[in-house]
Amino acid sequence: MLRTSRTIALLLLGASALAACSPQPPKILPPDPGPVAAPTRSTTVSQPTVRGPVPGSQADFSATLMGRDTIYFDTDKFNVDSTDAAALQVQAQWLMKYPTKRATIEGHCDERGTRDYNIALGDRRANAAKNYLISLGVDASRLTTVSYGKERPIATGSTEEAWAKNRRSITITID
Amino acid sequence: MKLRWSLLLSLLAAPALAQQVAPAPAPAPTAAPSEEAIDVTDDAAWQDLGIAIPTFPTNADVPTQTSAGSTAALGRALAQVITADLQNNGLFKPTGPASLPVPSFAQVTAPDFQTWQAKQADMLVHGFVRDNGDGKLTIGCYLYDVALGQQLLKNAWVVGPAEWRRAAHKCSDMVYSRLSGESPFFDSRIAYIAETGPKDRRMKRLAIMDSDGANHKFITTGQALALTPRYSPDYKRIVYLSYLNGNPRIYIYDTELGTQKLVTQSKNPTFAPRWSPDGKWILYSMAIGGNTDVYRVPSSGGESQRLTDSPAIDVGGSYSPDGTKIVFESDRSGSQQVYVMNADGSDQKRISFFGGRAATPEWSPRGDQIAFTYIAGDFHIAVMSPTGGSMRQLTNGWQDEAPTWSPNGRIVQFFRNERGSGHTSLWQVDLTGKNERRLPTPVDASDPAWGPVLP
Repeated sequence: MLRTSRTIALLLLGASALAACSPQPPKILPPDPGPVAAPTRSTTVSQPTVRGPVPGSQADFSATLMGRDTIYFDTDKFNVDSTDAAALQVQAQWLMKYPTKRATIEGHCDERGTRDYNIALGDRRANAAKNYLISLGVDASRLTTVSYGKERPIATGSTEEAWAKNRRSITITID
Repeated sequence: MKLRWSLLLSLLAAPALAQQVAPAPAPAPTAAPSEEAIDVTDDAAWQDLGIAIPTFPTNADVPTQTSAGSTAALGRALAQVITADLQNNGLFKPTGPASLPVPSFAQVTAPDFQTWQAKQADMLVHGFVRDNGDGKLTIGCYLYDVALGQQLLKNAWVVGPAEWRRAAHKCSDMVYSRLSGESPFFDSRIAYIAETGPKDRRMKRLAIMDSDGANHKFITTGQALALTPRYSPDYKRIVYLSYLNGNPRIYIYDTELGTQKLVTQSKNPTFAPRWSPDGKWILYSMAIGGNTDVYRVPSSGGESQRLTDSPAIDVGGSYSPDGTKIVFESDRSGSQQVYVMNADGSDQKRISFFGGRAATPEWSPRGDQIAFTYIAGDFHIAVMSPTGGSMRQLTNGWQDEAPTWSPNGRIVQFFRNERGSGHTSLWQVDLTGKNERRLPTPVDASDPAWGPVLP
C-alpha cells in the first residue's frame, strides 16, 4: 500500500515538472492535462482572427528563430562558434524584446559518449550557450539550464549525421 | 527479507532422513537419458568439470506455497536453477535434471556412484526438499566427488516459500566455491535500468532482480527518467539518478519503506552516485556553472566535501574495497582518462596510458582490478591493475559500457547498446573474456549494478 501511494505521488509530481522542462513527456502516463499546449490553443480558438503564434509565446519564439533556437557542437566540444554566436544573438534579441520571459537551455550529447560524462558535457554546452546570452545582455536570473546527456536524441540514427544533430543546446522559453 | 537463514549442519538430520524414506520416487521417466550427459563435442569440454545435478527428491510430495509447486516439483526446479547458475562460466559442464534419473530420498546421503560414473560425471550434486509443516521448507545440498566416491561438502537451509531460489543459489555458491576456490556470488541481486519506448523518448525505470534474472521487479513508474542505480552494501537502499523534478538529482530509495529522499539539497545537477564500501559515504558528481567535480557526502545527510577541483570534467568514481582510495575519470588531459586519488581527494594521479579513452572505472571488490569502458573508436569493456598496468580488453561490442563487478570480483557485468536501433541489454563476461552471456530481462536494460552477496 505504501508503495502504491508513493507511486501515485511520483506520477503527480513528475507530471507537472516534466511538462515544463521535457520536450516530450514519456508514454504510459495518465492522460496528460496539457498545461503547456492549452494556453496557445485556447487563444487561437477564441480569437479566430489571430493568425500565427501569440507574440512573446514559446510558439512565437520558435517561429521567429526558425531553427536558431538550437546550436550545434563538435564532438566532445562545447565552444560557441560564429554560427552559434549568430543564432544566440537572435535568441538574445527576442529575449530582450520580451523581458519578462524566462528560458531553459537544454544541453544534449550524441550517443557516442559514456552516460555520466555526457551529463557533464551537456551541462557544459547548456552553460556555454547561457553564458553567451548573458554576455549579450540577457539577465542571468531569467535563464536556467538542464543537461540531458545522451538521453534525448533528436535524430535516432547511429551515423555521423545523426550524431552531429544531437550534439546541441536548445533554448526553450517558458510560457 | 526478515527470514532467518538457519544453517543446519545436516549431520543430525541425515541419518533420520535416510530412515524415514518415503516411497522411493518411481523410477523417473527420463527423456533421452544419457545423450546429453555423455556427449562430449566441445573442444574445451575435456577441461570442464562434468557436474550432474539431478532432481532433489522429497520425503513426501506435498503442496507448498512456493512458485514452483509441490515439494517434488520444487526439487526439480531447484536442480534447474543450480544447473543454470553453473553454466557458461568456463569451469563446469553441468547436466540438469531433464536428462538425469531422479535419485531416491535415501540416495541423497548414499549416492549410487556407479550410475554417475557411467554417465561420466566428475561431480554430483544431490539435495532434498522437506516441508517443515510450519510453512517453511528445509532444503539440503550435498556435493560428491564421483571418482573418489566421497562427500565433499553438505549444507541445508530453512527458507520461507518466497525465498526458495535463494537456497538454490546458496547451493550453487557452495559447489562453485568448493570446486573453484573462489568466493561465492550467486546469492546476490542486481539493480538496473529497464528501458522501453522509442530511442528519442526512452522510458527508463529503476528495476531490481536476482543475479540470474528471477524475482524481477520494477521500482519506479517511468514517469521520471531514472539512471545509474547502485545498491547499498546492506541492500536496504538504492542510490540513483532521477529527473523527478525536471533536473538530474541523486536520490536514495529505501527498499523496505518504498520511500525516497534527495541526497543533497543542491540547486546544481548531481549525478554518478556510488556508495563507499561501509555505506557511510556517497560519492557523486556535481556540475556548477558547467564545471563538474567529484564530491562526497555522508549517506545519512550533512555537508558535502569537494574532492576534485579542476576546470575539466571530473566525474564518476568508485571506492577501493578498503575505502582508502577512489578511482574516477577526468578529461583534464584533453580526453577521458582514469585517475586514482586518496579518499580525501589528495594525491590525484592518472593511471591510464594506453591510447584511446578510458571511462567509468569500477574497482573490483577483490581490489586487484579496475574495470572500465575502453573507448577506441567503439566502446569495449576492459580491466587493468590499480596502477594502470596489464590492460586487457574483455569484450568487442559496438558499444559496451558501464562495467559492474560480481561480488567475488571474477565476473564483469555491463550493458550493450545496439547500433541504430538503440536496443540495450545486460551482459556479463568472466576475466578471461571468453565466457560471455546475456542476462534475461523482460525489456531492454542498461546501467547494471551488482550488489554484494546477500546478508
